[in-house]
Amino acid sequence: MNSGLLRELEKLLGPASVLYRPEDLLLYEYDGSVEKGRPNLVVFPATTEDVSRIVKLAAEHHLPIVGRGAGTGLSGGALARTGGVMLVFARMNRILELDIENQRAVVQPGVVNYELTLAAEPYGLYFAPDPSSWKSCTIGGNVAENAGGPHTLAYGVTTNHVTDLELVLPSGEIVRVGSKHGDALGYDLTGLFVGSEGTVALVTEITVKLSRKPEAVKTLLAIFDSVDDAAETVADITARAITPAACEMLDGWTLRAVEDYIHAGFPMDSAAVLLLEVEGLTETVAAQAAAITEVCNAHHAREVRLARDNAERDLLWKGRKNAFGALGRLAPSNYVLDGVIPRSKLPQALRRIRQIGDHYGFQIGNIFHAGDGNLHPIVLFDPRDKKQFEHALQAAAQIIRYCVEVGGALTGEHGVGMEKSELMPLLFSDADFDLMRRVHDAFNPDSSLNPGKIFPLSKGCGEIRIRPQSSPRPGAA
Amino acid sequence: MTKASTSLVPALETTLGASRVVSDPAACANYAVDEIIPSVVVKPTSPEEAAEIVRFAALENLALIPSGARTKLRIGMPPSRYDIALDMTAINQIAHYDPGDLTLSAGAGMPIAKLNATLLENRQFLPLLVPWYSRSTIGGAIASGIDSPLRQFYGTARDFLIGAEFIDGAGKLCKSGGRVVKNVTGYDLHKLLIGSLGTLAVITRLNFRTFPAPIAGSRGFVASFPNAEGALALRRAIAQSPLTPLTFDILSPGLAQIFSEKIPATPETPVFSGEARNANQYTLPPIGDWFQPREWQLCAAFAGTPEVLDRYARDLTRLASESRATSTTILDDTTRPSVWGRLRETLSMLLESSPATAIFKISVLPTQFAALFATLHQFADLAGLPHALVARAGGTLYFALLPASANDETSTRLAQVASQIFQSVSAAGGESSLLFAPPTLKTRGNMRNPSRSDLPLMHRLKSAFDPQNIFAPGRL
Repeated sequence: MNSGLLRELEKLLGPASVLYRPEDLLLYEYDGSVEKGRPNLVVFPATTEDVSRIVKLAAEHHLPIVGRGAGTGLSGGALARTGGVMLVFARMNRILELDIENQRAVVQPGVVNYELTLAAEPYGLYFAPDPSSWKSCTIGGNVAENAGGPHTLAYGVTTNHVTDLELVLPSGEIVRVGSKHGDALGYDLTGLFVGSEGTVALVTEITVKLSRKPEAVKTLLAIFDSVDDAAETVADITARAITPAACEMLDGWTLRAVEDYIHAGFPMDSAAVLLLEVEGLTETVAAQAAAITEVCNAHHAREVRLARDNAERDLLWKGRKNAFGALGRLAPSNYVLDGVIPRSKLPQALRRIRQIGDHYGFQIGNIFHAGDGNLHPIVLFDPRDKKQFEHALQAAAQIIRYCVEVGGALTGEHGVGMEKSELMPLLFSDADFDLMRRVHDAFNPDSSLNPGKIFPLSKGCGEIRIRPQSSPRPGAA
Repeated sequence: MTKASTSLVPALETTLGASRVVSDPAACANYAVDEIIPSVVVKPTSPEEAAEIVRFAALENLALIPSGARTKLRIGMPPSRYDIALDMTAINQIAHYDPGDLTLSAGAGMPIAKLNATLLENRQFLPLLVPWYSRSTIGGAIASGIDSPLRQFYGTARDFLIGAEFIDGAGKLCKSGGRVVKNVTGYDLHKLLIGSLGTLAVITRLNFRTFPAPIAGSRGFVASFPNAEGALALRRAIAQSPLTPLTFDILSPGLAQIFSEKIPATPETPVFSGEARNANQYTLPPIGDWFQPREWQLCAAFAGTPEVLDRYARDLTRLASESRATSTTILDDTTRPSVWGRLRETLSMLLESSPATAIFKISVLPTQFAALFATLHQFADLAGLPHALVARAGGTLYFALLPASANDETSTRLAQVASQIFQSVSAAGGESSLLFAPPTLKTRGNMRNPSRSDLPLMHRLKSAFDPQNIFAPGRL
């Protein structure tokens, strides 16, 4: 450790806002993913100016920097891969402005996603992106990863709701991009920075759109005796251009694990359920619910159940949002994948995942955002069994490769981070990387900010990087 | 003509074949950007051919501007150099369409109207209903960054462009995004192409998500008001209601008058087959007497089941009456296209309404509307310039100055009002730019975007994409 830097940081922020003892740093060496990376120092800036000064100090001492929100990320985005100074935004957690009339909020990056919705609720407004970790993840982290969630099917992911950012560049320079109104002149820098996984700038202030709460909501639970029927239903709902606000799928094996734990009301003997939500005008919701029920029935749904009240609705969603925690009870370790396929390919993709699982002798569960083709297969394994661990990695890589083969993408909402950087050549050519690298270098020329993310470290099509771990990760989307 | 122009044509002909290279001055003049004429027009038939041309331009340090149907080349500043016009209209194939996934990939030169005709066979459409609709290409619509009234419901292109392929300044084919509706793999470089005016890359292919076409049942609504206050009161009431109309625009009396008196010169093509129009009907029908040309109007469109349509009609009429509308009308399939088509073609109609039209794009928060409307009208009236305004009710507005003649004196008055507008919008926390203007006005004084603090970052991006500055130099 560099004692000179430590003293300077303590002087700037106060001793309580600088961590350096190994036992303190331990907490910050992991996130919601299976990766690890320990920083040399963890600091808690309180202002944008603090962030700028910290960045400059780190540069003087030639240390890399990495930003971090709540650490719920699932791809290693908020880990200090090569050590350095970690900036944790926990103290920058104020909602700076609620502009009800114009439906905007200005927040600091450490504001927890759900807290913004709570603050806006009395005015009939809310923040639409709702990752499963919404009660702990921060909006700064949502911006870095371009986070999704169940209801982004109808309302769009984080980038569709951000209009303006204040940033600190790796040079320490403070800049603003975008505009509060959302129609800034020139290149769409906001669109570039959202989802750049903290590799080009640190975000210190965010202006977001607030959405109006719908007049009516109906939540449906469609119960199926076969996974194929459930998958065909999703493909058909999409093909008929019905847009529910959310369309989530849990396969039978997964829902039984969830039901044991949460008691959400999922039928234990079913092969799959769809959790569907329609929102809007009372008249729109009635028509959409009827149309969805018709499609479910056409695909042999055993039953389509309508949540009778908010309590039943909340319970169904609790089952969905806490599912990954429930799965932690089943095996020593699990690995939640994140891949995207065209929605028309959903039935065949689920069959392929089953085949891959059978091949390796794994149970692979599926609980995911079916409506936008965003798969989250879960591989359960025992990391102490080396062969099983190797097989888990191979199965995961095969599934992601399959997503790419059918025209999909490596990640729908978790980000590339450390996890999938070596898989990037499956989708991108040398020319693509060259341009992405030039864009990266335009802002982060020395790779001092969040090094070792997104870009592959080695040439050629590598593998998924995961390391075994033994605790469930409740933050999974 | 540039120093390279003598060798330029034979070199390009050798590379591409003589049939793809045009150097006839009259033909080149058709590709002029703000009266600056290129030395040669090249029409590649594949992305690879286009990339070869870019590599040639990079090698010879020639400035190149890609174009589609050339309907919106007047947007932006005049180029500082312009050697090669790259006509992208032959790269116009649908590369991929998965109706079951509602995703689509097509060549940059694909005409939007033709694309929508294909999508409508599956009851889908792309909400890229930009002005000059019947001629515009998807590449031009994205590069120009122009919006449409449908942004109220569907958002702007950044909300439904999911990926792109393009050629960088070194002549390499690159891509970003993908063909799926949810994707965080790599940087969203395709978003940067929106509104880039060809300054970053040559777009070869665009991937979109498509949407169910609102054809099963759709209606329009028009309310008229003696003053802006009434229209703004209704705007506020709708914004705070559970209604989510497809379009939602406020028109000044000046624009209402143009709508009442004129027909867009751009040939009309039916957008939705559900609209009761013959395919061979090439002009919009006149607007009905329910449109009050001397008043402010609020126009909206909505779609859905008969129950939903009833609800909209009922609620909008009630809210309008509470806002003291002088009249309200519900438009059906026979009357709606006359307004909807004009709203879509507003910018083209404004350009046709004066020999020296200047159109400002102004973005503010809706709470600034009332003060801004008054200020804009005051500036124009004091300068004795006729004017027209349309406000997308979410916050973006277009304000046109429509002088009766084009001369130096008009130009002086336009420049004066322009600087007043830039100042007052900026003071109100908004942003304004001169979207369309006579070239003489653009080059006169500082008509460039009022300075943004992130301009240096944009220059860094421009250098990352196009290190030699060969793409549309000086246009942004």
